[in-house]
Amino acid sequence: MGGVFRKLGRMAINGVWQLGFITRFLWLILVYSGQSFTRLHLTIRELYFSGVLSLLIILVSGLFVGLVLGLQGYEILQRYGSTEAMGTLVALSLLRELGPVVAGLLFASRAGSAVTAEIGLMKVTEQLKAMDMMAVSPIARVVAPRFWGGVISMPLLAALFSTMGIFGGWLIGVVFIGVDHGAFWGQMQSAVDFQYDVLNGVYKSFAFGVAVALIAVFEGYDCVPTAEGVSRAITRTVVSSALAILALDFVMTSFMFRGL
Amino acid sequence: MSRTTLDLWVGVFVAMGIAALLFLALKVGSISGSEIQSPYTLRANFDNIGGLKLRAPVKSSGVVVGRVEQIRYDNERFQAEVVFTVDGRYKFPTDTFANILTSGLLGEQYLGLDPGGEEKTLAPGEVIKKTQSAVVLEKLISQFMFGKAEGDSAPAK
Amino acid sequence: MSEPLVRLENVRFAYGERAILRDISMSIPRGKVVAIMGGSGSGKTTLLRLIGGQEKACGGRVTVDGQDVAGLGRDALYAMRRRMGMLFQFGALFTDMTVFDNVAFPLREHTDLSPELINDLVLMKLHAVGLRGAARLMPGELSGGMARRVALARTIALDPMLLMYDEPFTGLDPISLGVIGQLIRRLNDALGASSVIVTHDIHESLQIVDYIYFISEGRVVAEGTPDEIRNSTDPFVHQFVNAEADGPVPFHYPAGDYATALTGGAA
Repeated sequence: MGGVFRKLGRMAINGVWQLGFITRFLWLILVYSGQSFTRLHLTIRELYFSGVLSLLIILVSGLFVGLVLGLQGYEILQRYGSTEAMGTLVALSLLRELGPVVAGLLFASRAGSAVTAEIGLMKVTEQLKAMDMMAVSPIARVVAPRFWGGVISMPLLAALFSTMGIFGGWLIGVVFIGVDHGAFWGQMQSAVDFQYDVLNGVYKSFAFGVAVALIAVFEGYDCVPTAEGVSRAITRTVVSSALAILALDFVMTSFMFRGL
Repeated sequence: MSRTTLDLWVGVFVAMGIAALLFLALKVGSISGSEIQSPYTLRANFDNIGGLKLRAPVKSSGVVVGRVEQIRYDNERFQAEVVFTVDGRYKFPTDTFANILTSGLLGEQYLGLDPGGEEKTLAPGEVIKKTQSAVVLEKLISQFMFGKAEGDSAPAK
Repeated sequence: MSEPLVRLENVRFAYGERAILRDISMSIPRGKVVAIMGGSGSGKTTLLRLIGGQEKACGGRVTVDGQDVAGLGRDALYAMRRRMGMLFQFGALFTDMTVFDNVAFPLREHTDLSPELINDLVLMKLHAVGLRGAARLMPGELSGGMARRVALARTIALDPMLLMYDEPFTGLDPISLGVIGQLIRRLNDALGASSVIVTHDIHESLQIVDYIYFISEGRVVAEGTPDEIRNSTDPFVHQFVNAEADGPVPFHYPAGDYATALTGGAA
């Protein structure tokens, strides 16, 4: 019995330590960011690796999620005879929830894990130490560009995901089922508020981007420098990112959409 | 991969992302339509607001002219107080009538403004005195069933 | 003789409870190549990390060129590291850059030289290690010995005053090993630098270094010039030079009585 509590206590203490480390790490990244922004091509390169290389999976998944939303939405709305509300349903679910959350989860497993692996392997092969010994800060040269690459990519990817999803819903609704084109877009436009729905979605995706990018670079930088350590760090990146996204989503949603 | 092709891809990616954001803002969210310019606040008290929600539209002759900002209970009058903003381009006479209406039979509820004939218009912060509460379906049905439609509650519109 | 470049005075170091270095004093004179020897896990690499300022000693003083390393702020430490070069065990080349970019890295980070000048300098450094022809290869395409030579070229890119080698001979075939050994000596003399080699390869070291320290259990147990070491009667040096399994360094990890353990007593 006491063992359970001891274990719980240890977990709590470790968690607080970890939170402290990660906050300090974020602070370091921000301090060194100025230095790494003077070499913009470093961040552009990371935008390529985290953004461009995630494009395909984001676009394809977005399309499929939109298609499914279209089919399910039609099936349900039909019962109430209001199929023209399909546009609203698809757009609102994507903009508020599915776009940022699903894109964030995909981003964590596609780009976040890659960043952790890369930094972890650089640590294993002593590249980070070598850089430090050459009087080049690894945080400025390696970590900060990857962090900002993720932070910038994420909202753009989420927007692309939502756009593809709405396109998918339009395909099902308007092209295949034959919902009126005007009603689809008109209802959507009158129901979707720019600030309330679109901007809040963007804020969410930005917050998820910060969380995933920070977790990814931290786990890579903090990993135990062995093959096993790197593989564990990658697993932790994906798991912690997913949990962070879902928890942040709940908190942000409860603040943003309180009125409804 | 050379620096220039990498730059090109990143450029394409960022352009696509921004285009998607613009699409969401303009085509899906209709940024211009929902914008209320230089809004001013008005107030109205109701016996019953029914299912009126925050940010519900305020309409006059079917056109959206504002949004509901705040709903609270006034414990002195024992009435609901609704605070809402109205687009600065629109002025309403002091004898304007505020109703809580429903779009369609089961649709969302909104605040309807029926302008009266007064010359003077409502100043920001002023209270609309003539109001009509939401129609409560249960009451309506019971009135109909027990044949006392001429009761104290005003008839449905 | 002038003040030695690096001086360690009564240095102590521990990871948590585990003492690595108990009491180390040594000095590295200018222009010389010094080897630090000892068994695996005797804290040799930690010594290099103390000199490079990546770790701070728990006691004692580490001075490089007259400055106390532990007392330096970040900027001063980085300024000092620009005049140090460290060769890591497996080279630690940046795997996402070509050989050329690897060697150019410190030049691009720390100088404002024109691309033409950097190009010339990099080719000169690569030529010095005999790998000018490999400039366009990626690190993954190099053999272990070549990778270490490229890393050496990168280490000397900024013409450092102090060169540190962490196990430079590990995992190399005899030819590559000889090549690296000769390069370490030649570059040290050509640059007028001082070098520290941490290694357990006694035979290669005896041929190229000026002075040798033996450390064991966190203390300096023997020291001397190569000739003194060859003729030493010290039991530890004798065991090390002749690679004997048992001696002052025991074969067995400390354990309880063997017979008791076998006859069913608790370990």
